[in-house]
Amino acid sequence: MLTKLTHDIVTLSRRRWLAATAGLVLGLAAFSNAKAQETIKVGVLHSLSGTMAISETTLKDTILFLIEEQNKKGGVLGKKLEPVVVDPASNWPLFAEKARELITKDKVSVVFGCWTSVSRKSVLPVFKELNSILFYPVQYEGEESERNVFYTGAAPNQQAIPAVDYLMKDEKVKRWVLAGTDYVYPRTTNKILEAYLKSKGVKQEDIMINYTPFGHSDWQTIVADIKKFGSAGKKTAVVSTINGDANVPFYKELGNQGIKATDIPVVAFSVGEEELAGIDTKPLLGHLAAWNYFQSIKSPENEKFIKAWQAYTKNPKRVTNDPMEAHVIGFDMWVKAVEKVKSTDPDKVIDALPGIEAKNLTGGTSKMLPNHHITKPVFIGEIKANGQFDVVWKTPGLVAGDAWSKELEGSKDLIGDWVGKKCGNYNTKTNKCGGQGS
Amino acid sequence: MSANFLDSLRALLLAILLAAAFAAPALAGPFEDAVAKFANDDFSDTDEAIGAVATSGNPLAFPIISALQEGRLSADPDTKKVFVTQADGKVIDAATGAAVDKLPDNAAAVRLNNRLRRAVEAALGGLTLLSPDPAKRIAAAQSVFKSHEESALVVIDGALAKETNKSVKAAFAEARAAILLYKSDATEVEKLEAVAVVKARGDQEAMALLTGLGSDLPPNVARAVASAIASIQSNLQMWSMVQYAWYGLSLGSVLLLAAIGLAITFGVMGVINMAHGEMVMLGAYTTFVVQEVIRSNYPGLFDYSLLIAVPLAFLVAGAVGVAIERGIIRFLYGRPLETLLATWGLSLVLQQAVRTAFGPTNREVGNPSWMSGAFELGQITITYNRLWILCFTLAVFVILLAMLRYTALGLEMRAVTQNRRMAASMGIATSRVDALTFGLGSGIAGIAGVALSQIDNVSPNLGQSYIIDSFMVVVFGGVGNLWGTLVGAFTLGIANKFLEPVAGAVLGKIAILVLIILFIQKRPRGLFALKGRAVEA
Repeated sequence: MLTKLTHDIVTLSRRRWLAATAGLVLGLAAFSNAKAQETIKVGVLHSLSGTMAISETTLKDTILFLIEEQNKKGGVLGKKLEPVVVDPASNWPLFAEKARELITKDKVSVVFGCWTSVSRKSVLPVFKELNSILFYPVQYEGEESERNVFYTGAAPNQQAIPAVDYLMKDEKVKRWVLAGTDYVYPRTTNKILEAYLKSKGVKQEDIMINYTPFGHSDWQTIVADIKKFGSAGKKTAVVSTINGDANVPFYKELGNQGIKATDIPVVAFSVGEEELAGIDTKPLLGHLAAWNYFQSIKSPENEKFIKAWQAYTKNPKRVTNDPMEAHVIGFDMWVKAVEKVKSTDPDKVIDALPGIEAKNLTGGTSKMLPNHHITKPVFIGEIKANGQFDVVWKTPGLVAGDAWSKELEGSKDLIGDWVGKKCGNYNTKTNKCGGQGS
Repeated sequence: MSANFLDSLRALLLAILLAAAFAAPALAGPFEDAVAKFANDDFSDTDEAIGAVATSGNPLAFPIISALQEGRLSADPDTKKVFVTQADGKVIDAATGAAVDKLPDNAAAVRLNNRLRRAVEAALGGLTLLSPDPAKRIAAAQSVFKSHEESALVVIDGALAKETNKSVKAAFAEARAAILLYKSDATEVEKLEAVAVVKARGDQEAMALLTGLGSDLPPNVARAVASAIASIQSNLQMWSMVQYAWYGLSLGSVLLLAAIGLAITFGVMGVINMAHGEMVMLGAYTTFVVQEVIRSNYPGLFDYSLLIAVPLAFLVAGAVGVAIERGIIRFLYGRPLETLLATWGLSLVLQQAVRTAFGPTNREVGNPSWMSGAFELGQITITYNRLWILCFTLAVFVILLAMLRYTALGLEMRAVTQNRRMAASMGIATSRVDALTFGLGSGIAGIAGVALSQIDNVSPNLGQSYIIDSFMVVVFGGVGNLWGTLVGAFTLGIANKFLEPVAGAVLGKIAILVLIILFIQKRPRGLFALKGRAVEA
């Protein structure tokens, strides 16, 4: 343990030292021959401290890794890529401040960043005002399509709805617990799911909705309630939008109270390989997660990526997860778009991105759509004893991301179309741009 | 149990197997085909294979299905051969039972999903009803009760007649009742009897079984079912009150454990220590390091890891506490605002230090075997980890109380708190006592971290989630009074758990906060206010 620790610290400081020297050398070189050493700057806006550091640090590493790989191939447009990493410290207003700093001071061409919806909402005005590009890699609640943002994570119809469909068809679930953390993503997703379930004939009394605060750790009552709700003689499942840290005590309590996946399966939208790394997964065997990527999926692209990633992080056990894959796709799409228009000018790149295709890691090809969302396959995985997922179901093809949910009254007529209509919330009934969310 | 009975059971089992074997015309036929289906890596094929193998009556059926459940059944996708790895590591061919040297390289474990796991459980239930081990027979009866598979009725009837063990017999009777309730051609009398048996069981499973019945019942039976449901419901209602009270106690014990160190540093010394939560976190990380060392060097000691971690966590957190007091806090006595800001900054520093050293992701702290699982008390489930934490908290509380009362250091601490100048004139080195008191409070927070690592995430943010609750408990209970902290913690815990089902977790928490604010308006010094000179000091 201790030796590993010192090793980590040594490598860390060595890496820092290297980076510092590299920076210095670059700076000197730029001074002597400004033109030849010109770089394209790429902003990385992920929290490296605070609550969200647990999830976002990995994404920062992913972008650094992708940049290093791209530079090995000669960079983009003959220029090297240069990462600019800032730490918004899980502080939502600070996200906006740091975004402004990246765009105006560091003059980055593109930003990869954000995790929570509230951080994305807080940087939106900055990206609009300064006209830059943000790639957002996390599954989210939808109901948004912005000209300056590209959503490479799943919209609700690419994760939540297929998962519910699977439970309905394969597990014959008739009663539903929608449990989530109390903030915008679970609330909107559950609203969409509730409307969807009702449209499939599920009655109000067969749906139980429960919200808990961030970091909730005492799950005894809620798990007991779920158990009670599940003993009404109909097959019951839990659809969990519980976020981050609160998942570990939740699953522990499920295991301790003896709720097995064969009795009441839990399908989670925010639990991936990274989150399971902190839990003893044996009691969780058979609980489900819905994602667009799993580390266990066998494809040549995925195997190559995992190998390179583990070599880059010098950790043969380092896991990969869905938002990482979203960054891989997003980064690839941005590179292709820049090479297509031979410029990093935001307006040109934004116009070039829709229609760009990039290989995803599960053996398919994702495409950027006019609504700035992408096409993705949807997988349902069961938790295995080793903390990985076993894919038990997948959509036959790729699913196109809906910016606006078809299930909700306020948004079912809206579409995002930045190619033809040049509008993020075009109402197909009234044929006008504008409506909810404008 | 008599040997005679075992013999007769075996004979019965053999008879059933033989009958089934003779019923199948050729031995090389359907069983092998069914087994080969496991190799197709297709869930519906596996489902069919489970059904066919379980009802084949072949003596290999039980080993195959139980291997499937435990992930020891593997298949070669090319040759379509299926293998069972036995518990002792030997490999046999599933279709013939012949020994095989080793698994082929490309053999992969046969995959299951939840639907198949249920099918496996039901099949095993049917196959282990005649197991010589009574515990296994009960488990089998339970799974038949859940699946109420009609095909098990014959076996259950046979086993019930022979069974002598009382609790196994009751389980069989319940399983039989469950089957009859769902059997379409059972007579009304049989069904009424079955309802009575299930009603007597009276738990949530029974409830699930009864409410799951369709509406096409004879009127008499339907009435009996409705009244049984009502009676079970009222019984469960009463138990759920007991359960909420238990949950409240358990939450209270966690609050107490987190707050008890703060009761010393804030309550007794008056230092607003925002880094208190980080002491808890350090304790949790100490547990992690101890477990890592044990895992890699002395795996046999894993069950004792927590016992080893407790003193170490006390020392680590205590030493950090003394260092904080000597390095920062002693310059800030009497300036609460500066203390608050300095310790807040310190808490961020400690968090980031741990994040740099251990990484931002959660660290896995395992539960020793005696901390996992649960037992049933009446109709409520009590989990071992919560029970142990409650005992542990009370023990820490009693030890701390005794220490303050009966040791020289405790006496000096109380003296310094009550009247610093008088204590100094009596020759007590007050600054040394300050450092030790702060160290003691921090050390206890470290111990709390050991316990909390069992129910919460071990991440750099662990402490933050407890700091507000801890202050709430100490202020509510009355600053400077350990008994107040005890009563405060349990009151808040129980109130929270009774509010939660009514108002939801989020509103429940808000309601508690509002209640405390109102309470403090009425009694600014908390539940148990200190009286006398100490208050003015």
